[in-house]
Amino acid sequence: MVPILEAKNIVKVYPNGVVANKSISISVEENTIHAIVGENGSGKTTLMKVIFGIEKPQEGDVFYHGKKVQVKNPHDAIALGIGMVHQHFMLAPDLTVAENLVLGHEPLINRFVLDTRKSQQITQEISEKYKLPVPINQKIKDLPLGIKQRVEILKALLRNAELLILDEPTSVLTPQETEVLFQTLKELKKYGKTIIFISHKLKEIKEIADKVTVMRDGRIIDTRNVEELSEHDISFLMVGRDISFERIPASETIGEPLLKVSNISFTNEENMPVLKNVSFEINAGEILGLAGIEGNGQNELVEILTGLRKMEKGEVFKKQEDLKNLSPRQLREKNICYIPADRMKNGVAETTTLEENFIVDRYYKPPFSRGFRLDWKYIEKYSKELINKFQILAHSSKTPVNSLSGGNIQKVVVARELSANPTIIIADQPTRGIDVGSEELVHNLLKDARDKGSAVFLISANLDEIIKLSSKIIVIYQGEIVARFDKVDGIRDVDLGHYMLGLKRGEA
Amino acid sequence: MDKFILKYFNAIRISIAITIGVVISFFLIFLISKNPGASLSYLFLSPFLSSIRMENLISAASPIIFCGLAIAIPFQARIFNVGAEGALFIGSVTGVVFAIVTKMPPLIHIPLTLLVAGLAGGIWGLIPGFLKAKWNTSELVVSLMMNYVAYFFGLYIINYYFRDKAAGALVSLKISTSVWIPTLPFFSRTSWTIVIALAFAFLVYFLLYHTTLGYEIRTTGFNQHFAKFGGINVFKIIILAQIIGGFIAGVGGMTEMMGIHHRFNWQISPGYGWDGVVVAIIGRNHPILIIFASLFLAYLRIGGQYLNLMSDVPYEMVSVIQSVIILLITAEAFLVQWKERITVKEAERKEISHGTTS
Repeated sequence: MVPILEAKNIVKVYPNGVVANKSISISVEENTIHAIVGENGSGKTTLMKVIFGIEKPQEGDVFYHGKKVQVKNPHDAIALGIGMVHQHFMLAPDLTVAENLVLGHEPLINRFVLDTRKSQQITQEISEKYKLPVPINQKIKDLPLGIKQRVEILKALLRNAELLILDEPTSVLTPQETEVLFQTLKELKKYGKTIIFISHKLKEIKEIADKVTVMRDGRIIDTRNVEELSEHDISFLMVGRDISFERIPASETIGEPLLKVSNISFTNEENMPVLKNVSFEINAGEILGLAGIEGNGQNELVEILTGLRKMEKGEVFKKQEDLKNLSPRQLREKNICYIPADRMKNGVAETTTLEENFIVDRYYKPPFSRGFRLDWKYIEKYSKELINKFQILAHSSKTPVNSLSGGNIQKVVVARELSANPTIIIADQPTRGIDVGSEELVHNLLKDARDKGSAVFLISANLDEIIKLSSKIIVIYQGEIVARFDKVDGIRDVDLGHYMLGLKRGEA
Repeated sequence: MDKFILKYFNAIRISIAITIGVVISFFLIFLISKNPGASLSYLFLSPFLSSIRMENLISAASPIIFCGLAIAIPFQARIFNVGAEGALFIGSVTGVVFAIVTKMPPLIHIPLTLLVAGLAGGIWGLIPGFLKAKWNTSELVVSLMMNYVAYFFGLYIINYYFRDKAAGALVSLKISTSVWIPTLPFFSRTSWTIVIALAFAFLVYFLLYHTTLGYEIRTTGFNQHFAKFGGINVFKIIILAQIIGGFIAGVGGMTEMMGIHHRFNWQISPGYGWDGVVVAIIGRNHPILIIFASLFLAYLRIGGQYLNLMSDVPYEMVSVIQSVIILLITAEAFLVQWKERITVKEAERKEISHGTTS
């Protein structure tokens, strides 16, 4: 059988010299779910962008149904019958579901006036045909992520896509929403569609895919039937070595309470209560995990704890010391460190050197400076030590941060924060978007800090991470702590999911 | 070859820009001038042809260096303050007034007068900085408007209170000889001003790259969120950067009065603040590169003056030629595609050659 899609010898080099695809050949058979896995930066998304016409490759050909095609832009791809659901949705938040679906192909009355009824009808039909219910007249911005994604899929189907590319579709979903998405994909396969599914979650691939292609470092390592490989095999192919997915047991030695947060409330600029009476305690030697879907008040809570935002009501104590509304520097002086969720915004100054990034919280102290004068010799030596200790892949301590990969940039942030000898660590999405190898390193470092008697507050949208690391878990939903688990053993992600979605509440 | 191009890309880019600019000016001069050969030599060679002209060139560069530094410091903190012109003007007015009303021995009078001029410039820099940090006003607009305030307010002070009625023009009273900056030994007209300018450039270099304050300024410029997150008081740094910038502009203006004019004689704004913006951009906000950029700009200015004086090419055309050269140099994206193509080629050669697995 002729494969629906074939790419041969694709070479893609970005203008900054990064070679994302090093002569890649892949073929996708019709009516299969074909997973592409690999660490971040392995070139999966680039390959998809080449196929969809967003990026232009330097070399290589694309064949569709056995015929050589020139895909110059997404329009060409859509005309061929290729649809793509991006990691960050391409929807107009202020338009309704129906308006988004017909965008670009709007039905018109007398060539000028938008035919609203017709658009609604079109939406209704396509939604019923594929059994994908959507609230037709609601605005996109009022919908949960799972539904937005469904709208994206419908948008592709409406344009007669027979090959659907989904770029990390589950990264924003709860376990329950993921389950629904998988039902949808299986359903679509019955309609004869072909699906390319990009992910780095191995469990999901085993569950949904027929074939799997493993990529590493811009090359394809192997393409196999999923039944032939175990999760362990796939991860081995992805990283090139063994990775542990075992839960880290809670520390034996729990000390006194280090961080005490009581009754923090916060109302945002639009007068919405974002945090409601949030209270918790973290003891020395403990990792407290905060589970929750993004946008349920985590950002505000972290900003308050790190001094970037003033709180209205509530108290924060480190042992007996009042931390209320201290500046970021005052908090750092009290050995509280912070791994930010958005590393490119808060974590690094990307255009400057590693050295200058390492010293941002300590440049004014000896031995980094004496009086007003910086000691660059010492800073260089110190930076080299950090680069070695935290296994950062960089040519020298004077390379600019933006020439590093995402995982290595995160290591720069983690290296700085954990080398400050913190007693309280606030780790906000510490492994988001980084490869499995770096993720393992970060997890081990957090565990080491915990074993040395630090209190760690772990905020993560990744439930596997929360369950793997935490000694205790709390769940936040719409600014409220809706569940507390003092023992983590035996808790599954679905258990947390119910609370995260607000379906259940209570103190467990 | 490709590696060489990548390594020295900026130097090559600027050389090509200057060459194209020169070629365009050749073309323009051939169109306009009856004796193009002579005109060209006035423009490009005359600044080097006598020691007086060389000295003129150096003297012309010094206020531009000051203003380039004054602009570069806030630019490094990514504050687009273009108030150097106003700070320079108000600094000179205040300095001249101070020099007129006080009497001291030169050893104290000179530094003290410069300090007063600098402080006045610093206050001028503080205002847009404070408004920016406090209410997030546009520092570009405020500093631009402040230039007009400085200009008219300064003229009011000079023309109504310190005017030299005996002089034939609208100028201030002469400042006492105790604040004159003397001429350099072995030079006929170049004063110590240029030495002060160079000293400031090295001081600013040290400040920006070797002190904690410089680190704070640059980090604020790289990424304000990151600076805040790391514990830097961004509010304070934004204001400080502009005060220091204003201070340097004020000192720069006053050295002109003390070294050359010996009284306040600007009835139109001298435009050094704008030259400062140009050299800060050409020199990528780096104090040492700003020295060279200022010398280059002064060279174009002096050549232009002689061209205007000696040939049939009008000064307007000289400005056009200068602008073309500056425009090509400052166009950040000029030749970037060329660089990207080479980068891609290099990367392909390095990465793809050793076989593929699939």
